[in-house]
Amino acid sequence: MTEQAYNFAYLDEQTKRMIRRAILKGLAIPGYQVPFASREMPMPYGWGTGGVQVSAAVLCPEDRMKVIDQGADDTTNAVSIRSFFERTAGVETTTSTAEASVIQTRHRVPEMALSEGQILVYQVPIPEPLRFLEPRESETRKMHSLEEYGLMHVKLYEDIARHGHIATAYAYPVKVEGRYVMDPSPIPKFDNPKLSDCAAIQLFGAGREQRIYALPPYTSVVSLDFEDHPFEASKPDHPCGLCGAEDSYLDEVIMDDAGGRMFVCSDTDFCEARRLAGHKGKDAA
Amino acid sequence: MTDQPLLSVRNISRHYGAHIGCEDVSFDLYPGEVMGIVGESGSGKSTLLNCMAGHLTPDRGQVVFDTRADGPRDTVTMSEPERRMLSRTDWAFVHQHARDGLRMGVSAGGNVGERLMAVGARNYGDIRTKATDWLGRVEIDATRIDDRPSTFSGGMQQRLQIARNLVTGPRLVFMDEPTGGLDVSVQARLLDLLRGLVRDMGLSAVIVTHDLAVVRLLADRLMVMKSGRVVEQGLTDQVLDDPQHGYTQLLVSSVLQV
Amino acid sequence: MIELQDVSKVFTLHNQGSAVIEVLSGVSLSVKPGECVALTGSSGSGKSTLMRMIYGNYMAQSGEIRIGGTDLVKAEPREVIRIRRETLGYVSQFLRVVPRVATLDVVAEPLRAVGVDAETAQARARALLTQLNIPQTLWSLSPTTFSGGEQQRVNIARGFAHPYPAMLLDEPTASLDAQNRQVVLTLIEEAKARGAAIIGIFHDEAARDRVCDREIDVTGYAPRRAA
Repeated sequence: MTEQAYNFAYLDEQTKRMIRRAILKGLAIPGYQVPFASREMPMPYGWGTGGVQVSAAVLCPEDRMKVIDQGADDTTNAVSIRSFFERTAGVETTTSTAEASVIQTRHRVPEMALSEGQILVYQVPIPEPLRFLEPRESETRKMHSLEEYGLMHVKLYEDIARHGHIATAYAYPVKVEGRYVMDPSPIPKFDNPKLSDCAAIQLFGAGREQRIYALPPYTSVVSLDFEDHPFEASKPDHPCGLCGAEDSYLDEVIMDDAGGRMFVCSDTDFCEARRLAGHKGKDAA
Repeated sequence: MTDQPLLSVRNISRHYGAHIGCEDVSFDLYPGEVMGIVGESGSGKSTLLNCMAGHLTPDRGQVVFDTRADGPRDTVTMSEPERRMLSRTDWAFVHQHARDGLRMGVSAGGNVGERLMAVGARNYGDIRTKATDWLGRVEIDATRIDDRPSTFSGGMQQRLQIARNLVTGPRLVFMDEPTGGLDVSVQARLLDLLRGLVRDMGLSAVIVTHDLAVVRLLADRLMVMKSGRVVEQGLTDQVLDDPQHGYTQLLVSSVLQV
Repeated sequence: MIELQDVSKVFTLHNQGSAVIEVLSGVSLSVKPGECVALTGSSGSGKSTLMRMIYGNYMAQSGEIRIGGTDLVKAEPREVIRIRRETLGYVSQFLRVVPRVATLDVVAEPLRAVGVDAETAQARARALLTQLNIPQTLWSLSPTTFSGGEQQRVNIARGFAHPYPAMLLDEPTASLDAQNRQVVLTLIEEAKARGAAIIGIFHDEAARDRVCDREIDVTGYAPRRAA
């Protein structure tokens, strides 16, 4: 039921070709930020305009699409982007990670290992990992081209000096194939190890900043750290209240005004699948 | 005595349109030597310094530096990555205004540690130990290591800038009016500190200043510039006490005696 | 050790109508190791100028000034600095130091400059300061605040810290009391005994008679004014 007023997946074919070229260049140079002519999308910046354009450029009519926001399929952002593609591309949608061929995500990587043939599209607010300390774009580009990444460690140093440990908990910088330092988008650092050696294609789109970057399958991605303060993929030290999983990333949910709270999987599909398989947490009804 | 200059400047010229920045300047700087460049505002001393340090590209001439790996190389024609590498390992640049040479949003320790991390240091404990040591050497209390330079006095900021520059053990330091804008008592302390560091580390340095007292205390040799050209050069105390050129005589006689 | 050959000095004052003042011409002299020579002549005859030329502080217009074989007139600045560091000491009448540096370090500095370790250098400095009767309470202070006589003695201690093979002394006993004058003369005699070649200016005739082997009257080198 594609609405005839729009081209397939909303964007015109020329734009999609332009974006695909940027994606191919990104795949050829893993971790390198490719500029692209980001279009106005019918949603505000910050709502995933970059991710939506990348998804639109890679979608085929036979694809099955999943959209998650903070791991959940049922939040406003996820629901509206999913219905956007249902209306403009007429593709099938799903909440199942295993069944999806294209997954657009904001702030999470699914718990389940992805497989070859899948594409994971990240929404990126600020693609430049060096921006924290160096405001000049001309200078950060030069630093990337000359591999001058000392500044990245200054950020981590400041963390340890101030907090006693590396307090950066999300958007934790990584080095791709021993070359480019990359911002993995604001995913929790718990998800960083999933980026490395992943079977799926990973694409990153920043709409406002007009950058696309990519990780081809099985790319080595290393989180930056110090020898004496090694990277740790930390998460809240609890099992999931609903499915009892001990190895998934958790959301803390406040239950009442008396300070009652529970921890549940942030990946709703993962949690549901476990509960269907009979796993039960301590807070499960 | 080594006969290989550390820095060999050959016929450096830089014009700004029809205006002369500096014209046909040549000299050799040997390991451990400190050279002062004096002249009034607009005499071309800062242009020359920036041409040497790679911040400006000269119109003509060579700046040959004796690199550790490959011996003498012309830094004007070397590739940018090589020159940038040089400027954070073997070279240092101390700016007149500390805020041009510091990251004001980063702690003192992070400022000192940056060059170490830039050349591959990846052990937090080691970096911190080195930073603490250097803060001590420039007489900044170790308890200030996690404070931002914006909370420091002008003299402290300048000393922090020096620590940040010297932590990687450079062989050549460029200084642009390092004591400018500081109180006299703070200047004396900084000069004493610089003198000690230069001697202990065997540094070579080029110091641009208009303060003759600074060069008398720090520089072995002196170059006097006027309208972009070198009018006189030689041993510092000889140039100051027995100037040969009319302009130098005027310059020396214009200083108020205290 | 110190050899001058046909040295002359002319000051040209470019900002005073390019006035040309000839001060010395045809100076030739030689000082052997272990010898002390006094420069004499009336005030303004050029003793201090000649001394400064031998130190490389004033530029000679012609001739040769050889210190241990190196000609200072033609030497590169770094060679002059090396000679001053290792070979040629100079005790001037005025103390010129970086403010804030402790007296002990001021005196030890010439030894540190030739690579002597801090402990040995300071031990030597302590011995000299004691010998020259500088109270120990002053050692950690900067000499810039000292009295004239104290500054002069610090200057002498500094000048004698390193055993230079050649030394220039500009009025070393001026403004000293009898006891310290005695100490300084002993230091000069010790330096001679270890083989230092010394040129000095002494207004103190008794001192001159005691330590100097011969005298050179600088008045003889004044250019003929008619020229």
